[in-house]
Amino acid sequence: MSMVAEAQLKHAVPTDQELIDFVVRETRLIDQQRFDEWLDLYADDAFYWMPLEWNQTDPRLTCSLMYEDKLLLSIRVERLKGVRTFSQKPKSRCHHVLQTPQVDSRDPAANNYVTWTPMHYIETRMDEQTLYAAWATHHLSVENGRLKIKLKRVDLINCDAAFGNIQLFM
Amino acid sequence: MPRYAGNVAAIRDLVRDQEVHRDVYVSEEVFQLEMEHMFPNSWVYVGHDSQVPNPGDYFGTTIGTQPILLVRHTDGTVKVLHNRCPHKGTRITSETCGNAGKFFRCPYHAWSFRTDGSLLAIPLKKGYENTGFEQSHAASGMAPVRHVRNYRGFVFAKINDGGLDFEEFFGESLSSFDNMIDRSPVGQLKVAGGVLRYMHNCNWKMLVENQTDTCHPMVAHESSAGTVVEVWKKAPPGTQKPMAVEIIAPFMSPYEFFENMGIRIWDNGHGHTGVHHSIHSDYSAVPGYFDKMKAAYGEERAKAILGENRHNTVYFPNIMIKGPIQLLRHFKPIAANKTLVESWTFQLVDAPDMLLERTLMYNRLINAPTSIVGHDDLEMYERAQEGLHSNGNEWVNLQRLYSPDEAGQTNVAVNGTSEWPMRHQFRAWAKFMTMGM
Ligand code: FES
Ligand SMILES: [Fe+2]
Repeated sequence: MSMVAEAQLKHAVPTDQELIDFVVRETRLIDQQRFDEWLDLYADDAFYWMPLEWNQTDPRLTCSLMYEDKLLLSIRVERLKGVRTFSQKPKSRCHHVLQTPQVDSRDPAANNYVTWTPMHYIETRMDEQTLYAAWATHHLSVENGRLKIKLKRVDLINCDAAFGNIQLFM
Repeated sequence: MPRYAGNVAAIRDLVRDQEVHRDVYVSEEVFQLEMEHMFPNSWVYVGHDSQVPNPGDYFGTTIGTQPILLVRHTDGTVKVLHNRCPHKGTRITSETCGNAGKFFRCPYHAWSFRTDGSLLAIPLKKGYENTGFEQSHAASGMAPVRHVRNYRGFVFAKINDGGLDFEEFFGESLSSFDNMIDRSPVGQLKVAGGVLRYMHNCNWKMLVENQTDTCHPMVAHESSAGTVVEVWKKAPPGTQKPMAVEIIAPFMSPYEFFENMGIRIWDNGHGHTGVHHSIHSDYSAVPGYFDKMKAAYGEERAKAILGENRHNTVYFPNIMIKGPIQLLRHFKPIAANKTLVESWTFQLVDAPDMLLERTLMYNRLINAPTSIVGHDDLEMYERAQEGLHSNGNEWVNLQRLYSPDEAGQTNVAVNGTSEWPMRHQFRAWAKFMTMGM
């Protein structure tokens, strides 16, 4: 558990390796259920987006599985701790397997860095284990010498399938 | 050993005045009888005609567990067809929805059918000469569902010839559809935003019942709505209340709120919560909307339309609509212990986009497989589905605010926490299960 959640960048502009390490650390915090530290990786105006449609472009007038700002994400994190959160009694656990994140674009002038990460995600609860395959796109920027997530987009390969509960974060 | 097939008395015995036997939820035999009798005897929701705007457009769905197609015929009317080839049963359409052009063509041996289902052509037809083919089941093509009604865009079908006609089946309950549709300045809805599909390991009736269960939100949803309320309390004073908080926080309203909201009971299992107010009552006004409504209907009528706050209207057997936010949930039975919940949303034609935006936000916050409110509910259904296997007590209690004179009463408004709507749904269930048996 000793990993530092938010590593300080060496220079003003992050290296590719720093972007990659950041994305990998983010999923590690989820898998280790360090949700408060995880939430700190998100900028105040961040969104977490899980589209419902293949190649979806609009989060507003097309429905999504999730399109949540930091307030809603923090509500989820608080709920997971709740004594009367019955759907988390017993708790779910999750596990990510990432391909090495690819740096798709870097624009220091606009303070915008985009990575693309294919992944398998497993969520379990009691005797059930479900495997999901997805691509995560991170839009990152530097704030006070640290990377922050502006937008995390998770595209499930079967985004339009009928799912049971998905309770944690991909 | 079959217990219920052909045994009207045994089926009726499952439903008592104040309780129902657990077999209505757990017995596969009862489930099969629902598919054979109860669904075919009822007017079941198929889809919305905006899903098939042009001739040849189709949409595939189910009535009970039977695959059917909603089709726009060349004459402009909508048809409902059994989605199976009359030759060997192959499903005709490849996608859930699409356009067939002028005719359907089976991908197996290329028999083709007009968009009303009638047989158009068979390759190498002479092979059927002198075989008496004209007398076969196959000769009539894809079997149409004969009883179809398009009510202001909402298409319903009844598979069996017996039973009630459309008006008799729905009676005054159609007023909830009217109110939802009238909220468009031009009186028109359009399916929009995509459908959320959520798999539930429980019986479909648990979902239907839950739509009028007003004693669970402040308990089962304390984890989600309660957390919203708590987190929102910490916001700096003067912060504008976000749409998401407006949507979820009212689930934590006290018992009193739900008692006073009222429930209305109509015939045949239909009914609605929110006679006086609902969790949708206090949403912020959407700029420009009232002016459009006033221009279309006049001030008084516009106020009357928007003043309705019906919370959930249940249409027996398996849909619920929310008029104030143009949402329809379809509880599709798959097995005694498996239900697919589809949550559909509609755009009010000629109204501001922000209304659709709010509807979609509601849908994903409440009805998605990723929704914390959905997680709360599904946990309860699944625990019930499991608990009902106990032989310690074979009955489910639906007694809250029971009164011995309620059977046969219709169009009455009662206390908002009454379980009358559930008792009422099961009376209708027994009626349509045994009708014609
Ligand atoms: S199964 Fe359809 S044409 Fe043979
Ligand atoms: Fe609920």
